[in-house]
Amino acid sequence: MDFSHDTLVAFSKSWGLFYLLAMAAGVLIYTFWPSNKKRFDRAKKSILDKDDKPGK
Amino acid sequence: MVAQLTSGERQLSLVVLFLLGLAGLAMGVAGRGDPIGVHGLMVLVIAAGLAFVVMASFYAPEPSPERLDHYYDDPSKVGIVLTMIWAVIGMFLGVWVASLLAWPDLTFDAGWASFGRLRPAHTSAVIFGFGGNALIATSFHVLQRTSRARLPDQFSPWFVLIGYNIFCVIAAAGYFMGVTQSKEYAEPEWYADIWLVIVWVVYFAIYLRTLARRKEPHIYVANWYYMAFILVVAILHIVNNLAVPISLGSAKSYSLFSGVQDAMTQWWYGHNAVAFFLTAGFLGMMYYYLPKRAGRPIFSYRLSIISFWGITFLYMWAGSHHLHYTALPQWVQTLGMTFSVVLLVPSWASAGNALATLNGAWHKVRDDATLRFMMVAAVFYGLTTFEGSFMAIRPVNSLSHYTDWTVGHVHAGALGWVAMITFGSIYSIVPWLWKRERMYSARLVEVHFWLALAGTIIYVFAMWNSGIIQGLMWRTYNESGTLTYSFIESLVAMHPYYIARAFGGLLFLTGAVVGSYNVWMTIRSASASLAKPTEDMPEARLSPEPAE
Repeated sequence: MDFSHDTLVAFSKSWGLFYLLAMAAGVLIYTFWPSNKKRFDRAKKSILDKDDKPGK
Repeated sequence: MVAQLTSGERQLSLVVLFLLGLAGLAMGVAGRGDPIGVHGLMVLVIAAGLAFVVMASFYAPEPSPERLDHYYDDPSKVGIVLTMIWAVIGMFLGVWVASLLAWPDLTFDAGWASFGRLRPAHTSAVIFGFGGNALIATSFHVLQRTSRARLPDQFSPWFVLIGYNIFCVIAAAGYFMGVTQSKEYAEPEWYADIWLVIVWVVYFAIYLRTLARRKEPHIYVANWYYMAFILVVAILHIVNNLAVPISLGSAKSYSLFSGVQDAMTQWWYGHNAVAFFLTAGFLGMMYYYLPKRAGRPIFSYRLSIISFWGITFLYMWAGSHHLHYTALPQWVQTLGMTFSVVLLVPSWASAGNALATLNGAWHKVRDDATLRFMMVAAVFYGLTTFEGSFMAIRPVNSLSHYTDWTVGHVHAGALGWVAMITFGSIYSIVPWLWKRERMYSARLVEVHFWLALAGTIIYVFAMWNSGIIQGLMWRTYNESGTLTYSFIESLVAMHPYYIARAFGGLLFLTGAVVGSYNVWMTIRSASASLAKPTEDMPEARLSPEPAE
């Protein structure tokens, strides 16, 4: 197969764009998925607990 | 400390130290007359010394099973002390190289003290010695608290911490002997690189094993940053250091890459070292210690997730902005430039998130120098990322590249962001780890803060001035179309700025010395003598909810 500089450029300019957009969409969906809100809220507040011991 | 290990862990320590000593001996024998032989002997001596420490407590009684009800903080404690030691060494070397540029005679005619050898010793000591130890020490601390799980065993954290410091010592000793791969921030030679890979894999395994045992349903965002730091640094380190040694008894190796591919690989590594070593890891620190110290949850958790993925996706492509106007294809340069500009979005999202967290707690920022360290770090993070995106634009780069502006930019990040967030975190973690009410002296924290801030501002302004003057002098032509200024004339014009830079660095170093003294006295002082509670500890109660 002819694997030249141009092949690489064509690949980067097409698939490179699409997979980055797909990943960005994936992250946004995960971040704003309504049922995730509860765990995020718990995570952000639970670090302030004073209890300095491992959980059981 | 050794008595805390179980007898199985003590035996394992001795076996590993024996193997390490054997490797050192082999390097010493195979590398007679070569710097690798000296390194081998150093490894042998270190392994033997550590073996004596382990053997001294080898027959101590087994540690009580109650220890499993607490977090394992001994490696973090040693890591914090090592952080401060490396800070003083690295910043001292920094002041020395800065002075060398103003007064070139300060090499004292010694080969090992020439600029080319001292400079990597400075960068490695501050980035890897100071920064790396701070990251390892705080990551163990944050990982356990946010997972509510103890580290999975007591041997591997020591292996990571001590193994990593052996790497740092070998690296620094090598520079003085002239051992270098001549790749910026990746100077150590092949055998040190292989050792670091082993250490790093164990480090990542600790993370995964602890997370697997976590009692919290969600992995807190600080851990994502720490894990990105560990994982990506491993990838970068392995790829950029692919090299073939000329023999097993020689320190010298040749890179797998050549020409512009080598340059691109190096700056893919170099810029991502800034991204994942000096940014992601320290953002992990910020996302934990800043809310903790302020007593307020992070302003927006969702924003922190988006900025995390933004930084990981975008930084990977930015490295080629180091190679504008070179043999690198134009489109690759443009790609790097574009990603660097877009990077401003997640960078400012993190900086803004940190500052918005403090909104409503400004009285604490005013009263508490520790929190102020973190606030200033977030401000410098915002400033430096803006400056970085700007400098990555090709026409701007034509002025800034190869000048002191770059040096100023790096130090705005390294002093203003990395060191400030580290000192803030250290002043939070030290009373916590050593079970003290607060630091030995709040006033010395204040002194350190102002020394650090003044030093950073003097340094950065000196380099902005000298960098832009340099850039302009190098591109000024006269009527006949030749350069108006010779290189030496631009050098003479730099002299006052170099003196100012050395002075700014000296202030910063003085601050680090004051900080080390304060940390040491906090460790030594008896907890009983400290009566007044909570002044220097994180707030217990939640403040009113900030808007999401």
